[in-house]
Amino acid sequence: MNAPVGLYQYQTADREFLASRIAEFEGQVQRRLSGDLTEDEFKPLRLMNGLYLQLHAYMLRVAIPYGVLDSRQMRKLAHIARRYDRDYGHFTTRQNIQFNWIKLEETPEILRQLADVDMHAIQTSGNCIRNVTCDQFAGAAADELMDPRVHAEILRQWSTLHPEFTFLPRKFKIAISGSPHDRVAARFHDIGILARPGENGPLFRIFVGGGLGRTPLVGHELFDSVPEADLLMTLEAALRVYNAYGRRDNIYKARIKILVQALGIDGYRKAVEHELSLMNPEHYRLDPETVAAIKARFAAPDLTASPDAESRLKADRQNDIAFDRWVRSNTHPHFAPGRIAVTVSIKPAGGIPGDATSDQLDRLADLADQFSFGELRITHLQNVVLAHVAQDRLLKLWQALNAIGLGDANHELIGDIVACPGLDYCALANARSIPIAQKLSARFGDNALQEEIGKLRINISGCINACGHHHVGHIGLLGVDKRGEEFFQITLGGRDDALSRTGDILGAALPEDDMVDAIARIVDRYLSVREKGEQFLDTLTRLGDAPFKEAAYETV
Amino acid sequence: MKQFDLAPARHPAPASLEIIPVAEMTETTRAIRLTPEFDVETLGTALDHLDLIIVSFPIFRDGRGFTQARALREYYGFAGEIRAEGHLIPDQAQFLRTCGVDCVLLEDDADTTPWLKALSLFPVTYQTRLGLR
Repeated sequence: MNAPVGLYQYQTADREFLASRIAEFEGQVQRRLSGDLTEDEFKPLRLMNGLYLQLHAYMLRVAIPYGVLDSRQMRKLAHIARRYDRDYGHFTTRQNIQFNWIKLEETPEILRQLADVDMHAIQTSGNCIRNVTCDQFAGAAADELMDPRVHAEILRQWSTLHPEFTFLPRKFKIAISGSPHDRVAARFHDIGILARPGENGPLFRIFVGGGLGRTPLVGHELFDSVPEADLLMTLEAALRVYNAYGRRDNIYKARIKILVQALGIDGYRKAVEHELSLMNPEHYRLDPETVAAIKARFAAPDLTASPDAESRLKADRQNDIAFDRWVRSNTHPHFAPGRIAVTVSIKPAGGIPGDATSDQLDRLADLADQFSFGELRITHLQNVVLAHVAQDRLLKLWQALNAIGLGDANHELIGDIVACPGLDYCALANARSIPIAQKLSARFGDNALQEEIGKLRINISGCINACGHHHVGHIGLLGVDKRGEEFFQITLGGRDDALSRTGDILGAALPEDDMVDAIARIVDRYLSVREKGEQFLDTLTRLGDAPFKEAAYETV
Repeated sequence: MKQFDLAPARHPAPASLEIIPVAEMTETTRAIRLTPEFDVETLGTALDHLDLIIVSFPIFRDGRGFTQARALREYYGFAGEIRAEGHLIPDQAQFLRTCGVDCVLLEDDADTTPWLKALSLFPVTYQTRLGLR
């Protein structure tokens, strides 16, 4: 078996399954065209195959399970962007990729092409369990306790066409991490899972009822230490309570967070425990053999590096300030000596966050082959990770990235903006998120300035559905419509790490025209009042938002 | 209306049974129709004298009936007939069958071809591959 590094190697049964799924979807399209299916009936079926109707066209969201793909798959995505779309794709905050200009009639062919490389668009939308997201440094990070990808794959399989949970009250998002530094925003998911090794196998800490959207809520701990054998049983029980009792009368009250809020975490836990008491554990047990068989379909890379890799990187950094800066912002320590994990910023100055051209996708595939065992990951900040780069070859990689315009040193800095598609694409939006992201990114484009400003995340949502996660931006912007004019409301202090909280509204919304200057004034104020060693959130915590409020509204 | 069998019924109920809304059932009731919000646990020992339980789908997107059917089979060992009625689409055939539903009630002129086709897709599911149930 010539398995890809970092992701599950498909077998015949998986490919037969995809073929069945495409045949099913083709039949559904035909029945829609013949009138056997109403639009109301067809809509959830196409959504569960990733097909949305946006403002101007159909959008196809392709699943990248736990954010990992191989170079052959990336090249196929490039081909789809080139052949069926407008020569670019957009990486999403759920580690997927979407194509914004798809023709309905070409969709079955696109799905067949995806299936050729073991990809699909299943459950990237709809009121079902969505693509499971995962730590972008899984299996690489020095701080990791346990590689969560095997269990992420198990969750993918378990949730795929689940007989009972395909018509839930609302969408259901699951994230899993194996690091003590929560990099998946576990507390902002319907279910967030933190995995760790235990004496007798893996243990899972499960959070429930978090989410953003109209009602941002931090999730509660449901169980602290679920053993591997009981993982699926526990999730089934949790979902069963939600399927039976989640609200279906109001789409804005239908997420599990509202049910958990209504019952209280203790009440909800009691209901889940009651389900568990009725279930036969034998029917749900996740056997170690099953786990081992899935694990065996992941190839492990040979991570040995040349003994002088670290010293050579050190020398390279001394010779080039810009490279040194990029290494500081865009790499993460690897557990293997001589290796390093790289975040490729898909946020060039003035660019559209998360958009990559077909040529860039192809080149990223090439670079993955040359530098990281053909493996790539998409992050929930809409960037790309090459996880296993040899340190002595890092300079070469950076130079190659610069050649395709993806060498910016801004990961987790002010230029690493997360923005929803906004009114440029989305029928729900009040405001255009992308132009303001581009203007901010251009204003703070200088990489040295970005480093000086330090860790500062801007998240932009074009409406209260919060797809740009503005609630968890250190600076969050929410588009609102005021008598036909685009305004933005500012929130400060949101974060989605282990200290998760939602940001506080700074004051009245400002007109789009004044937004970039207002953010610049906030940043300037921060730079003038911060103490040595402080990041933006530290200063905000120390001083409160008064100085920033004053700065933001200075000239208004 | 006509019945479409998803699976050979475990215990097909006699056709002549009078179907009573669950809220009005008595000790002699043998066939009931559930409402989606009904908690099947409250049926208790009444299950022993039921031959037929109907799970209702007011709209196909309302998936509560799947959980009701599953609970009836799995938690309470109900061995009578479970029938689904209401707004259902053929694309749900396998899910219904897996959750323990024996048959669906369709309009007399409904085409059963897509239902048969739906049942023939996905011979192996991921859940069974994982060893569940």
